[in-house]
Amino acid sequence: MHIMEGFLPWQWCLFWYMVAIPVVAYGVIQIKKITNEHPESKPLLAVSGAFVFVLSSLKLPSVTGSCSHPTGNGLGAVLFGPAVASVLGAIVLVFQALLLAHGGLTTLGANIFSMGIVGPLAAWLIYKGVIRVGWSSSMGIFLAAVAGNWLTYVTTATQLSLAFPLPTFGEAFVKFMLIFAYTQIPLAIAEGLLTVVIFDYILKLRPDILEKLKVITPQDKNLEEAV
Amino acid sequence: MVDKKSIILLCLVAIIAIAPLIMYGGLGEDEGYFGGADGAAGDAIEEIGYQPWFNSIWEPPSGEIESLFFSLQAAIGAIIIGYVFGYYQGQDKERKRQEGE
Repeated sequence: MHIMEGFLPWQWCLFWYMVAIPVVAYGVIQIKKITNEHPESKPLLAVSGAFVFVLSSLKLPSVTGSCSHPTGNGLGAVLFGPAVASVLGAIVLVFQALLLAHGGLTTLGANIFSMGIVGPLAAWLIYKGVIRVGWSSSMGIFLAAVAGNWLTYVTTATQLSLAFPLPTFGEAFVKFMLIFAYTQIPLAIAEGLLTVVIFDYILKLRPDILEKLKVITPQDKNLEEAV
Repeated sequence: MVDKKSIILLCLVAIIAIAPLIMYGGLGEDEGYFGGADGAAGDAIEEIGYQPWFNSIWEPPSGEIESLFFSLQAAIGAIIIGYVFGYYQGQDKERKRQEGE
């Protein structure tokens, strides 16, 4: 999902920065608010950020024969909301841009938009939707993480097609989707499974924090204890 | 205490990661396999004649150094997750012990 340094015309770099900055700023405000209201949620915030660090460093082979990596953005989005996940994503992307030459400073705004905004937003919406229809929170977090990962890559493909619509946007989109989106399907599923493992563990040890963050309702907690 | 569900899920992740290695066994980067998707997108853009207008201000000078920073990234994340979960686990144990008294 990393658009490499210098690989977007400067107008697009500027545009994506302008989209990304307000969201990240709002995320910082949200982090302050949540940690003031629920100081006991701080360790989970650290875990969410750490989860992005671990998962985005794991480059996995895919059945298409190329390599790509999970994003880890679903967990933070479900626990703390999409704006907070944007901040976590931005931290990792800066680390990778400066130390690994993965992504870049000029393309940072665009990369934050895909991995830090669209992915988490989708994950958060899907989790809320799944809970509303009454499915289990494990199912919710699985689908949320899969969507968060996959849509991050679909967004990257869209961004590149918008910047390089050659010969047309449609054809460019098919080309970039072939590179990113197919490779990503098995990896998105792997990310979903890993996120369920982490989430179940939190649910088992500290359901009280999840309840305060309104991730689960008290009924879910009783249900979990009954199982 | 490790429950079965986690183990099954982790095994599935391992299968997803290992399957491509078996499917394309014996093939490597020279045959065009297991390269990064990010790089592939960069190549596709360069093919249409676009020149990147800005280069990374610093690049890891070799694959070894790059793997150093990737390991560092994973290690930072892993130690935080391990610390917090270990702490929670201890809290949980203590709570159960007190409830038992």
